[in-house]
Parts: sequence; structure tokens; C-alpha cells
Amino acid sequence: MSETLKIGFFVTCLVDAMRPSIALASIKLLESAGCDVTVPSAQVCCGQPAFNNGDIDTAKNIARQVIDVFEQYDFLVAPSASCLGMIKVHYPELFQDEPHYLEKVEKLSNKCYEILTFLHDVLKIEISARFDSTVTYHDSCSGLRELGIESQPRQLLNKVKGLKLKEMKDTDICCGFGGTFCVKYPDISTSLVSDKVKNIIDVDAKVVLAGDLGCLMNIAGRCQREGKAVRFYHTVEVLAGMAAEYPAIGEKWS
Amino acid sequence: MQPHSKQFKSNVTKALADPELQKSLFTVKKGLVENRAKAISLVSDFELLREKAKQIKQHTLSQLDYYLEEFETNFTAQGGQLHWAKDASEAQQIIVGICHKHNAKTVVKGKSMAGEEISINEALEAAGIEPIETDLGEYIVQLANEPPSHIIVPCVHKTRAQIIELFAKHHKKYGYDKPLTEVEELVLQVREIMRSKFLNADIGITGANFLVAETGTSVIVTNEGNGDLCSTLPKVHIVTAGLEKIVPTLNDVSMLSRLLARSATGQESTAYTTFATGPQRSDDQDGPEEMHIVLIDNGRTDLLNSELSEMLRCIRCGACINHCPVYGSVGGHAYGWVYPGPMGAVLTPAIIGLEEAGDLPNACTLNGRCETVCPVKIPLPKLLRLLRVRQFKERKGSMIWRGGIQLWGKLASYPVVYHFLVNIGIRLLSFLGAKKGRFNKLLLARSWTQSRDFPSPQGSTFHSQWKKYKKDHHG
Ligand code: SF4
Repeated sequence: MSETLKIGFFVTCLVDAMRPSIALASIKLLESAGCDVTVPSAQVCCGQPAFNNGDIDTAKNIARQVIDVFEQYDFLVAPSASCLGMIKVHYPELFQDEPHYLEKVEKLSNKCYEILTFLHDVLKIEISARFDSTVTYHDSCSGLRELGIESQPRQLLNKVKGLKLKEMKDTDICCGFGGTFCVKYPDISTSLVSDKVKNIIDVDAKVVLAGDLGCLMNIAGRCQREGKAVRFYHTVEVLAGMAAEYPAIGEKWS
Repeated sequence: MQPHSKQFKSNVTKALADPELQKSLFTVKKGLVENRAKAISLVSDFELLREKAKQIKQHTLSQLDYYLEEFETNFTAQGGQLHWAKDASEAQQIIVGICHKHNAKTVVKGKSMAGEEISINEALEAAGIEPIETDLGEYIVQLANEPPSHIIVPCVHKTRAQIIELFAKHHKKYGYDKPLTEVEELVLQVREIMRSKFLNADIGITGANFLVAETGTSVIVTNEGNGDLCSTLPKVHIVTAGLEKIVPTLNDVSMLSRLLARSATGQESTAYTTFATGPQRSDDQDGPEEMHIVLIDNGRTDLLNSELSEMLRCIRCGACINHCPVYGSVGGHAYGWVYPGPMGAVLTPAIIGLEEAGDLPNACTLNGRCETVCPVKIPLPKLLRLLRVRQFKERKGSMIWRGGIQLWGKLASYPVVYHFLVNIGIRLLSFLGAKKGRFNKLLLARSWTQSRDFPSPQGSTFHSQWKKYKKDHHG
């Protein structure tokens, strides 16, 4: 691309707290493709926990903050389909009763991207990373159904040298994370994530990749509790060739 | 049926610990899902069909008064008797009243979710009338004295062994001493028992899949033909149906039933589609002497005037239930009332109230698989969210969650404070977790760590690292 794209990077609260390497890997990839990346410090969360728990006022307050901070960039990019789904699909729903503001909301909705789709569809990025392992990809529900992300991560992963992608069964079924659902209904959540772990073991993958840290923490946590030796990374960590620099999710620095 | 949706959590614990149930649910999770996928793959324009179906139902709802009146006019012109029931007890009174008028002792019934909704069996029994379920699945749950656990396959929670046992126990009185094990034999046995029930029944009660305004016709689809017999053999035929069953034309029926069968069981069409337009006419070979339709409101008018009105498009195909991972792990009884799964989580609070429906609107990961399969494109996750908004406004549900979310929201509006505090917490947590890389137990996240490890954070927060990174990389 000829002109430099100005990206406002939305870290997401979970990545900020739990796994900054996902943001670092994303930024590395964006910059390697010539983007000018800014991470505004006045960002916190997308408001999804409030939205999904019926607290519309709180959700709207947080949404306003995101919209006002990010409107100045060419694109908002985030390393989570779930948060992006909130911004792209649900922010416009939230402001239906404020036609004046809605215009602004829709503008942002049209220029925000989940990182993997942005790398693939917009930047058409070249991948030079190497990752010698058999991996399987977990589709997050918001990615798959709210944003239609299915082929992009797989096509990107197929460009990684040494990586062998194997599809597990039931990729369209929820892992049981569901944000606050997993702690509100731990028993149901456990039943769902146990099914997911079984599918992962059945496909005999050594590594599970996904685009959402929430799902990854949930599945990794269950896998580790069951004593299964599978490793978990966010897809961008592999694409940026940074997986070796950090312990996998739930593992210690060696 | 007395709702026990409020006990959802304890119902879930029971369901998850029931190995027989878990085995049975496989039929739904695998069988019905795969059948549907196969059936729709053979239709080139399935998405177009869904859109059209949605439009038909939406259009009807937008002029429901008009079509209801048209239906009434045409149905009564054919000699039918239409009754309006504003709630379950009114519907019961009307139906028991008709039975009394005809001195009915036994009633044969086709499968009807509206019938379940108004607890018609309980009402008939209380009036000394014996209701006999004639749909095989309904018959099985009736023998077991249980409510249905699925709107299409009422006895899906029963294993074959349990059914064999039930038949052996209950069929002795008909002189069947030898317990059977083969499915065909079992079905044949029920068929024999049913035959005399049909012939001796005073009244037949069925549901309706569609009520056609332009002709005054009531349409039912079944696979066993029992609906046919219920509506033609007894002297009196009573149909119980919710207001939303109205469709404008016969053409609409043909369009919607293409979707219904494929979405429900993966069939191109059900084995029987029965059209009933009024009682027997002089030149008809068979049919009832009287035909009644009880149109049930039971909260539907309120639903129509609410933000949840799209729910009334539902044609009760069960696809959302079959594709729901929560239903797939806990089954239908956990939902505690007539309608389970995603459609039940919306309908239950809409009909019996948020208070009685307890936690149902929350018992969903919002994964959205239901919406993608719904033949009339009902945005089920959105409707569940809207119910959560209602709950929040009416201060129902956990106060701890409520307070927690609001506090989080407050904190989030001060990014500097937020980043400062979170960084302290995260650094502490990562210090504690550094040795193992994860936590086996976390006091503040017990619901998580009861069955999952919790990863240790990598170190400090991203925002606290970002400045340093900038300097290192860009000078
Ligand atoms: S909500 Fe949709 S998928 Fe579910 S039963 Fe109704 S019509 Fe079928």
C-alpha cells in the first residue's frame, strides 16, 4: 500500500492484563506491513461485559469513550473478534435512539477490524514466520458468526513454514467461555469445554491457536487441569514469529 | 405444568450427573443436527427461503388483527366454532366445557405445545376425563409421568432400555405379558393399543402448525398420522393454537412447511400434512360433527407489543434447541417449563414472567449458533440480551454481579486510575503465579478454578510496557 495507514490499536482489557505479548505481536505485524500504529492510553474495555449483562447505561458510557478516542484513526484494529464484534455490530445497536451520534458510531463500525482479517483482507500481509508443529485452530463464536471470520486465519497460518494445520471436529460449537457465563454457570461451561478438549485430543494437535484470549484461557485451563500436554497461543504470536519468545498460555518462563 | 425454571441451577447439576440423559442427548446434538445439514444442503436457495419465511411471518404479525378476523370469518363460514382464550385457565375452561357438553370420558390427543402450555392434561384429569397422548413420544412421557423435554422429540431424554421398561410395566393391563425389545415390535404394540383408544374416544384434541386465514383451515404436520386420526375419528375435534399460528394463504403454508420439516428433522416434508377446514360436510366421507378452535393469547399480545415481538415468528421447529450447546449438555427438563433451549429461554419469561423464569435469559453463552439455523431468522441472542436489560432495569438477578459491573464501568471511565490499579493487581498476580505459570486455585475466581487452571499473567500490563517498547523500537 502506498500511503501509510494510521492505526488506532485497541488492546482489549484481557490482553492488556493477561498477555501483552498478543498486542506486541499484533503491532509488530502491523508495523512490518508499513502501518503507523498508535495505542491511545485513554482506552480500557469495549463494554461487552456490561452489554451482555443488561447494563446498557454502563455499556454506552464505555462505548462513547472508545468511539471518541478512536474516530481520528484510519482504522481501529483489535486482537479479539469478541471485542471487535461488540464495536462493529453492537455499538450501532446501542445508539439507535441517538441518531446524531449514530453517524459517528457507524463510521467507526465501518473502519474497525479484527487483527487477523485486517492482516489478511486489508494488508494482504506476507508471512515469514516459522513454527514447526501440528496445530489446530479454534474459531471463536463471535468471530465465526458475528464477523464471518473463518478462512482468513487458516490462510494466514498456511503461510507459516513448518506449520501443519489439522481441523478438529465441531469447530462451530462454543467452547463454553461466553464471558461472564463461564463463572455464572461453571458446570455447563465445564461440560462444553471438556467436549472441546476431547476434540483437540482426538485430532492429535500439539498446539491450539485462536483469535480470542478468552476462549484460549478457558480451553487451556481445562486442558491443563486434565493434564493434557497441549500448548496454547494467540494466532498473531505465531504469525509474528514471537511464540518462542514467550511461554505458552498457562506455562512458566523457563 | 407448574414451572420450576427458578431451580435452573439445581436442575443443571442433576442433568449433568445423569449418564443416561447425557447418552440420549447425543441424538439431538449429532443426529438431528446432521440430518438438518444434509437436508438443507440439497436446497439451493435455502437462505432465500429463510428470508421469505421471515417476511411472511413478519408481515402477518404486522397485521395480525386483520388476519385473525379473516380466519374467524372463513372458519365459521365452514361451520367451525372459534373460541378466544386470553390465558391458560380460560383455555382450560373452554375445552373442559366442550368435553362436558358431550359427556366425554376419554380424549385422544395429538402433540400440541400449546396444549402443554395451558396444562390441558391436568385440567382434563381434574374434570374426570382421561387424556390419551397418541404421538409416540408424548405417549412415552405420559406413561413416565414426565413433561416433554423437547418440542419435536418429547421423549428424547429417554433411552431405549427405559422405554422398554415403561411399556412392559404399563402394557400388562392390555394383556401384553412378553416384554419386547425390537423397535418395530414396540411400535406395533402401541399401535394396537392406540387403535381401540382412537375408536372409543369421544373427543380429539390436536395442536396446529398453521391456521390459514384465506380458507379458515387448520394444518398439522406429523410423522405418525396420529394427528389425522385425532381430527377425523372422534365426533368432536378441538384445536389448541397460539395466535401466532396464523398465516395469510395456503401458498404460505407450502413455503413454510418446506422449511419446517427440514429444520426440525431434516426431512423434505413430514409423512402427514393434514388440512382440516371445519366439521364434516354432507358429502364428506368422514370427519367430526363439531370442530372447535381455541385461539390462545396467554401473553402473546403483550409479546407482540414488546421489544421481543420477533419471537412470535417462531414456527416451533426446534432447530435452535438442537444446535444449542447448553441444551445439548443439560437437556430440556432443566429449563423447568414447556419450552426449552434458546426459544424457551425467550418464551418462558415472555409468557410466565421474568420472576418465574428465573435465570433462563442468562443461561446462554450468546454463541449465536441458534440464530444461524432459525428458519425464520429470529435474533435469539439479541432477544436474550433484551431480557437481560429488563432484568437489570427491574433489579432482578444477582446483586453482586450488578454491583460488580457498575463498579467496573465507573473505573473504566477513569483510564489513568484504571491502568494504575490494574497494573498493581496484575503484577502481584503474576508474581504469585510465576513459579508454576498458572493457578490451581484462586480465591477470587473459584467458579473458574473449580474445573480449570487459571493462567498467570505475563508480567505487567501492556499499557505499562508500551512506552518502553516505543522507546526501544522507535528511539
Ligand atoms: S426460534 Fe426459530 S429455530 Fe427455534 S423453534 Fe422457533 S422457528 Fe425453530
